[in-house]
This record gives sequence, C-alpha cells and structure tokens, in this order.
Amino acid sequence: MAVMLSRSSRQLCNVSLCTFALHKWRCYSAQGQIPSQVLDSFRAVVGNDNVSTGTSVRAQHGRDESVHSCRPPDAVLWPKCVEEVSELTRICHRHNIPIIPFGTGTGLEGGVVAMNGGVCFDLLKMDKILNLHEEDFDVTVEPGVTRTALNRYLRDSGLWFPVDPGADASLCGMAATSASGTNAVRYGTMRENVLNLEVVLSDGSVIHTAGKGRRARKTSAGYNLTNLFVGSEGTLGIITKTTLRLYGIPETIVSAVCSFPSVQAAVDSTVQILQCGIPIARIEFLDDVMIDACNRYSKLTYPVTPTLFLEFHGSECSLEEQVTATEEITKSNGGSEFSWARDQEMRNQLWKARHNAWYAALALRPGCQGYATDVCVPISKLPQIVMETKKDLEKHTLTGPIAGHVGDGNFHCLMVFNSADLEEVQRVHEFTKRLARRALALDGTCTGEHGVGLGKKQLLQEEVGHTGLKVMEKIKTVLDPQNLMNPGKIV
Amino acid sequence: MSARVLVGVKRVIDYAVKIRVKPDKTGVVTDGVKHSMNPFCEIAIEEAVRLKEKKLIKEVIAVSCGPQQSQETIRTALAMGADRGIHVDVSGKDYENLGPLQVSKILAALAKKEDVRLIILGKQAIDDDCNQTGQMTAALLDWPQGTFASQVDFQEDSLKVEREIDGGLETIKIKMPAVVTADLRLNEPRYATLPNIMKAKKKKIDTVKPSDLGVDLSSQLEVLSVEEPSQRQAGVKVETVEDLIKKLRDSGRI
Repeated sequence: MAVMLSRSSRQLCNVSLCTFALHKWRCYSAQGQIPSQVLDSFRAVVGNDNVSTGTSVRAQHGRDESVHSCRPPDAVLWPKCVEEVSELTRICHRHNIPIIPFGTGTGLEGGVVAMNGGVCFDLLKMDKILNLHEEDFDVTVEPGVTRTALNRYLRDSGLWFPVDPGADASLCGMAATSASGTNAVRYGTMRENVLNLEVVLSDGSVIHTAGKGRRARKTSAGYNLTNLFVGSEGTLGIITKTTLRLYGIPETIVSAVCSFPSVQAAVDSTVQILQCGIPIARIEFLDDVMIDACNRYSKLTYPVTPTLFLEFHGSECSLEEQVTATEEITKSNGGSEFSWARDQEMRNQLWKARHNAWYAALALRPGCQGYATDVCVPISKLPQIVMETKKDLEKHTLTGPIAGHVGDGNFHCLMVFNSADLEEVQRVHEFTKRLARRALALDGTCTGEHGVGLGKKQLLQEEVGHTGLKVMEKIKTVLDPQNLMNPGKIV
Repeated sequence: MSARVLVGVKRVIDYAVKIRVKPDKTGVVTDGVKHSMNPFCEIAIEEAVRLKEKKLIKEVIAVSCGPQQSQETIRTALAMGADRGIHVDVSGKDYENLGPLQVSKILAALAKKEDVRLIILGKQAIDDDCNQTGQMTAALLDWPQGTFASQVDFQEDSLKVEREIDGGLETIKIKMPAVVTADLRLNEPRYATLPNIMKAKKKKIDTVKPSDLGVDLSSQLEVLSVEEPSQRQAGVKVETVEDLIKKLRDSGRI
C-alpha cells in the first residue's frame, strides 16, 4: 500500500516505489479540508461557478499523463484574469495553503500532483491571444492558449510557433516545464523562444520578467529572470502570460524515411548529419521494436530495422542541397533509399507512425502502463548510450521501444510494463535509474524535456551537484519562503 | 490548357472563435471578432492552385463579395497562389441581405465577363451552412455541377468528379465549363508562407460594384431573429431502476 504523506511532514521524501506506477485511476481522499470561510473568500473573487470541491473535479486535477498516482487538490479554482490569480494567491498565502497551477494536464512527470493537498488554479479560462506583432515575429498568450490553437490563429499570417512537444499543451505550461519537441534541433526549445513572462509570485505580487510589454529580441538588462521561471514547474511563481518568438512558416517542407541495418548506423548518420551543419528540421529515431509496434498499430509496412524519420524545411533550392548532402551520409552508413513525401497529406501519412508511437508501444502489451524515460546527452555520446541501453533492456527482459529526438541527443524509452507485477515495476524503476546515471556519466542530463517533477529529485542532485542544488534551494526559499508554490517538485 | 478558373472565397468568423449572439437577437457579434477565409473556400483555392501547378489551367482568379475587409480574404487567396483578385464591393444593408442567390448571380455574371471555364467553390460557408451557392450558380449559367467533390480529375474537355454522398462515393463525368464545390477531403490546404504573403501584396485586386455587373441584390428573405440554442439542463441521478421507470413515465416518455 502507498504511504500517505501527512500534511505536517514538510520533509518530503523522494517519490517512493509505492507511488510510482500505481493505478492512476485510484484516487486518494483529500489530505486536508479548506476552511469554509476561505472557500467563501475564493468565491468572492472568482464567483461561485469557478470554485469546486467536487470529488471527480479534484481527481481530474490531481494527475497528469505520467505514471504518478493521483493526489487530488482540496479545491479547484478557475480564475479569469491575472488580477484574480493575484488575489487568490494572496488569500492562499495568508492561510498557508499550497497552490498548484494547472494548464492542460499533459505533463509527464507528475507536476500537478498535489502531494500536500492545497488549491489547484486551473488557468484554462484565461485563453486570450494578445498583441500579435507580425512584423516583429512575437505574440503574447495566456495559459489557456494551447500550441495548436496558437498555430491555427497564426495560419494566415505566415508565422508559426514551432516548439512541438507532441501533446496539445498549454504554451504557458510549456514555458513552466521548459518543453521541447521534435523541432528543437532547428528551432530550439522553450528556453530559447520565451521573450517575456508575466508571473504571479507567492505573495500575490505580479512581475514581468523582462519588463511590462517588452519584447526585444535580445537584452542584457539585469538578471535573466525570464529563464529563471522557464522550467520552474510552478515552484517559483504562476505564469499568467508568455511572450513567444515566432518563425516564418517554411516555404517548402519535405519528409523522408530511411532504414538502417543497425542502431549504430542510424545514430552515426545522425551525428554526421549534424556535424556537417545541415540545418535539418526534424530527425527522429525509431528502433526496430518501435517500428514493429508502429507497423502493427498503424497497419504500415516499414522494414523492421532501426529507422530515421527526417524533415527538411527551407526554400526549394536549399532543400535540394540539404537532401543531397543527407542522402550521401545515410548511404555511406548503409541506409536504404529514402521514402519521400512532399504534400501535406503524404507527409502526415509518413509521420503518422512516429506520432502514434506512444499508443503503438502500449498496444504491444494491452492492459499495461507506459512510462517514457527522457535522457539527453551530447550527440557524440549518442551511439554509445543507445547501444548500452538496448543491451540493458535485453538483459533484463524489459519492453522498452525507443523513439527519440536524436538530433538533440535526446531519446525516450517507452517502457511498457504491468503495474500489478511489483517485480517488473522494480526492474523498470531500476532500469530508469541506471539509464539516467549512464546519461549523467556521459556529461548529459537525466531529463531533456519532461522536467524533474516528482520522480527525478534525487537525480537532479546528482546532476547539478550538492552545491548547485543548494543554490536552487536558496532561490526557492527567497521566492517562496512558505513553500506554497507547487510543493514537492524539483527541490 | 488555357482555362481560367474562378474561385469564390468568403470572409467568415474564424472557425475557432466562440460565437456569441447579440443581445437584440438580430445576429451574432462580429465587431472585434477574428475573421478568416471559410475553410471550404481554402480547400477550393488549394485545388485551383494545384491544377495551375500541374499546368492544367492558366489562371486562378479569387473573388469575394463584401465590404472593404473582404480584400484581406482575397489577399490570403493570393498568398496561397491565386493570380489576381476581384473584390465585389457590397456593404451596409446590401451586405446584410447578401445570400447564396445574390452571390450566385454575381458569380455567374463574372464567369461570363472573365470567360471562365471552371468555377470552384467551397461546398458551404461555416456561418450560414446554406450549401446553395454552387448549385444556384450552375443553374443560372446552365452549366453542369460536381458538388461535394472529394477528388477532381481534370481531362481535356471534361472533369471526372468523385462526390461524397450519403452511403458512399459517386463518380460522375461532367463536361466543362462546370461548377465544382469542394468537400473536406478534397485536399489539405497549404499555409501562406511569408515570401508568398509578400508577393501577394503586389498582385492585382480589381474592385467592381454589383450594379456594374447588372446584378440585382434584392432579397426575398428576412431574418426574424437569431437565438442561442437552449441551455443544457442539469441531469438527474436516480437510485434504482424503479425510480428510473417512474421518472420516465412521469415525464411522458414511456
């Protein structure tokens, strides 16, 4: 049985094996009740309809897409503007109630799990797209705006926001977790693409990390507060607006698929493509187990060997050059002929395999749960870590098809396991620890894009070092002395 | 092939916007609301541009009927690859009364004036859902029509059109000149890219008045009121099957 954390214990342990992988749908009851006069003061700010203590509503807000079991907040609130967020935060601060910001609930590391109960701020009602400056390539959005909603809005302007973590996530949530995705190799991650944030701090005060309304492409004014909050996962403040850098929609997009005789050949090709300086837009790796799963799930007929999915963006001329250079490299590593796609429909077809990877992996063992690892290493170390990881999976008979953004040195093992089989759970748990430590030993990181959340706090310490972690803890103490902002995550 | 294609594009409230009804029930709120090209018109333009890229037709003309802002929609069509635009200037009361009959008269007049061999329209607009303009235009011109097209094969003097109908697909062959209306699965429209948006700024948009085309805009229809659908009522939970049957009986359902 899981260990119930009592509210009085501020010393939060790293998530134990018990909470890892328990059935997500079994939701434990509230950790503590919110006094009714406090609930009344919430209602006075946001209105009766925007406060809920209903069991299923709270359960919905106590989990995300990760394996961490549901821990519901004690109440859910729906503020409609930053002034309401600020006022609600002040109330929580006064009464020492934890606050968990909630966007689309599509996180993968348990970031919204209310370990200490408290109040969940569901920010999706704040859904305006503000201040689009087409000539300056920037736009400001509220937390309720998702990635695809923004790109739909922008479609006539010739601009888009390319960071694509897969899920249709809230853009402010993506800023909070420093999300990345398949396009990062060319367009960067959230860290490189957030120009300014509006943040509500633990005492209710509102700041603009780069100054109100500012959207200069670059600045050297003072400390980089914007990037302090990017990736802070709600532990330092609540993000209520994000100013994003936009890019021109590529003139031409061409996708290709290439099969390789071995993992080494595929990964070597990736490294060489990048070292050649080819500005490839997407370079995704699927190992043979993954391709097999995709073939079965999406009824495709790709050869069951390590495969690279490639995408090139640019003008007609530059595309020709990029493609020729890439083909030379893949051929020299024993790669097959490219399968091509140019039209939108054909490209979507081609990428269907990659996009359905998660579901294809789960379909390998119906009834089982899934968990994605997320290590990232310098690209020159990629061949070594992928080979060692595959050997590890085989040695411990684990189901873990690999799919990854190898262009960034980042790959995911989509672990599929029976959560009722505690012995297998143990094996998976230990495998992920070994994998993370393998990445750290190769100068990498334990989490390339999913965040630390609940499950990687111990690894964070190993990654940044004792002193580094102490600095993070000091920052947390300064900005959130009462430890109310999403407690239990990161530090 | 020296054919000219006319594509109608309508400026509508963007499909992602949450529609609100005006308090006086005369219509929906349009002020300050994002507008864009009707999604089926995007598909129509995409099909025309693809025909041009395959060198099967010579010129794509984008037409929009409405006030000044309709020119933005024409610019989007130009950015997608149309060659030139025609803005039929209709505003005020005339614009409020503008419906499929009036638009089809305009399109028929333009088709004759511009010596057009093919008209491609979206199957319907997402604001009124009329699904009439294509059919009426074909009738006024006495041209054959291929509506709800999910595939169009261009042959020398005729078109093979695969249509989506209840129960499946129907393939017909129609002689040109003809009218085709685009359904959802005909293609996936391209995004306008920055260089194409810049090029579109230099393409020509001619403005004409309906009177120049000899079209009478009077309408026989009058909108009486516009209302929101009734609010969904809360459900009722019952404890037993007996309770359920009693409730169904009481409300006269069984």
